[in-house]
Amino acid sequence: MKYLGIDPEKIKIGSFDFTCCEGCQLQLANKEDTLVDFLNLLEVVNFREISSYRGEDYDIALIEGAISRQDEVERLKRIREQAKVLVALGTCACFGGVNQIKNKFEIEDVVREVYGDDPVETLPVRKISDVVKVDLEIPGCPVSKEEVEKIVVDLVTGAEINFPKYPVCVECRRKVNTCVFDLGLLCLGPITRAGCGAVCTSGKTACIGCRGPAEEANYEEFRQVLKEHGFTPREARERIDFYGGLPEMVIDES
Amino acid sequence: MKVDMKIDVHHLTRVEGHGNIEIEVKDGKLKKARWAVVETPRFFEAMLRGMSHDLAPMLTARICGICAIGHGLASLRAIERAMEVDVPETAKVLRLLAKHGETLQSHTLHVFFLAAPDFFGVPNVLPLIESHPEIAGLAVRLKKAGNDLCDLTTGRPTHPVSLVPGGLSKAPEKHELKAIRRVLVDRIPDIEATAALFKTLSIPDFVRETEFVALKGEKDYPWIGGDLVSTDGVVKEEDDYRAMTNEYKEDFTTTKFTRLSRESFAVGALARVNNNFKFLEEKSRAAAEELGLTPVNHNPYMNNVAQVIECDHVIRESIKLIDRLLEMDLSDIRAEYRVRAGKGVGAVEVPRGILYHEYELDDQGLVVKANCIIPTTQNNANIHIDLSALVEQGLKEKKTDAEITHLSEMLVRAYDPCISCSVH
Ligand code: SF4
Ligand code: SF4
Ligand code: SF4
Repeated sequence: MKYLGIDPEKIKIGSFDFTCCEGCQLQLANKEDTLVDFLNLLEVVNFREISSYRGEDYDIALIEGAISRQDEVERLKRIREQAKVLVALGTCACFGGVNQIKNKFEIEDVVREVYGDDPVETLPVRKISDVVKVDLEIPGCPVSKEEVEKIVVDLVTGAEINFPKYPVCVECRRKVNTCVFDLGLLCLGPITRAGCGAVCTSGKTACIGCRGPAEEANYEEFRQVLKEHGFTPREARERIDFYGGLPEMVIDES
Repeated sequence: MKVDMKIDVHHLTRVEGHGNIEIEVKDGKLKKARWAVVETPRFFEAMLRGMSHDLAPMLTARICGICAIGHGLASLRAIERAMEVDVPETAKVLRLLAKHGETLQSHTLHVFFLAAPDFFGVPNVLPLIESHPEIAGLAVRLKKAGNDLCDLTTGRPTHPVSLVPGGLSKAPEKHELKAIRRVLVDRIPDIEATAALFKTLSIPDFVRETEFVALKGEKDYPWIGGDLVSTDGVVKEEDDYRAMTNEYKEDFTTTKFTRLSRESFAVGALARVNNNFKFLEEKSRAAAEELGLTPVNHNPYMNNVAQVIECDHVIRESIKLIDRLLEMDLSDIRAEYRVRAGKGVGAVEVPRGILYHEYELDDQGLVVKANCIIPTTQNNANIHIDLSALVEQGLKEKKTDAEITHLSEMLVRAYDPCISCSVH
């Protein structure tokens, strides 16, 4: 059986990091219980963070991080040429992630704030799909290790990949959590795609939307909820804009 | 014989982030030995401006996927000091326990996955699974214990959920603490076996006299807050961290450099052990002596050993912390506080060394100005200067290109640099 032209017998995988914290790659090494089995299914040919071996013959490229410098653009394009399947791994790769908060400031101002009179090169932050074609996006800050393993196994075996269409709220209610709106917090669970197990709200903190928009999100209704709870547009916007994954959620300034 | 040598390690592997080693020798003389960080900066301090104080720890945790808890805690400490928040004792103990989980997870990742392959001459940890299954077993069990401890205390292993201004949003249940206590007790033989393993490995013989900087212990081995100390005898208050770091920038690298009494200094496990040896758990101290690690040790490769010793220490201390927590009221984990303007510094010992966050907040609790100084930033100049000394020594000992390359890579790795962190 072939999937996207790849012979599943000897699937080769490479992992590449760009502008990010490398926390998503780390999840791959973190699932200690099944790590060895998982690695047996694949041939890891390029994973700089944990291996000195550097092969250029990968089929699947996992791309972690956003793009914020010209040399990254060139490197990403080369990887795209080689990879049969290019996966954007994590919120930085899918939406720009926290890095894109930088884009609301002037670039010169940002550089001056951090480096003073010793400027360094930087571009406005872009998500991977702004630069090359992306075959599959796995969001999460960090990605959920269970989800990545499942998806990579599905990729290798050719099984269909399904993400939940419903929002985090559904998972959260299933866990019978206290709604954090009742604790006075602003939660993006109603408009954010589920799949993380509502990990933040289960810890009694608010969802800040790392997994991007839920297909079944009702933005109008959510705007009403925010108004009823008396959150200011500034408070709402800084959370909605935190990861860059919710551009459809517009807040009117009134 | 006149030797020419050109070593160029582009994007060094088995480190976190992107850096290059560049060495040039002409006619037997060292022309250049550089540790050049080429990571893309993310400009966190700029992004923090105007942000609500309760989002700041969430943002800064994303500086680093490995020491996210450390960043969260430094950020919280700075904010809580700025607003004069009194964090309940239970929350302090739980935060320290989370910190220990992170130290264990990060050190074992480094010792086994990143550094160990060099000692066995393999490209990564995978061949060790076949050739030395018992070592792979140690690695996996110790790292998992660290991750599970983070998971239990902060809600997940990477990027903590429940660390919030004032304390914690949620505490673990006592039965969960008892369960992880049993796991930690079972890890003691594992860490002892790891120390025994290190006794059989040959640590490269290289010494360069160095100033080491760490938090200053008062009664315990220090992790969160307090005075700053150096092995050259400098002592400063936490708020005076800028005088302890003295940042400056060189053209060939995107990270900043730092200095104190000499042209560079070092932070990290070795710096902590060198400054606070007497506060290690008794058994950890004995293990350190057994491995030839006593203060002040000036061999940077011994940082790997210091990490093993710290794992031993945090496992033993975590068990004691859990015993304390089991006697405490776990519902008292969060202080109410009034949002107000102020300035605060938070210094925290994260796996790779001392980390500083500083914020100025306005009366709405929004960040006006932020500054973060990362351990690897403090180590970069020292790595750079060590490299020159190492190559000089190698040339004297008539080492080959390949040997010098190998020793240089091992040297940089020994510092466990977190490059993406340092160029945040
Ligand atoms: S998505 Fe989050 S965890 Fe993953 S690399 Fe980006 S900041 Fe790190
Ligand atoms: S806490 Fe958030 S995710 Fe959970 S029910 Fe409330 S709004 Fe939905
Ligand atoms: S609860 Fe929200 S912010 Fe937290 S992991 Fe899930 S989607 Fe991301």
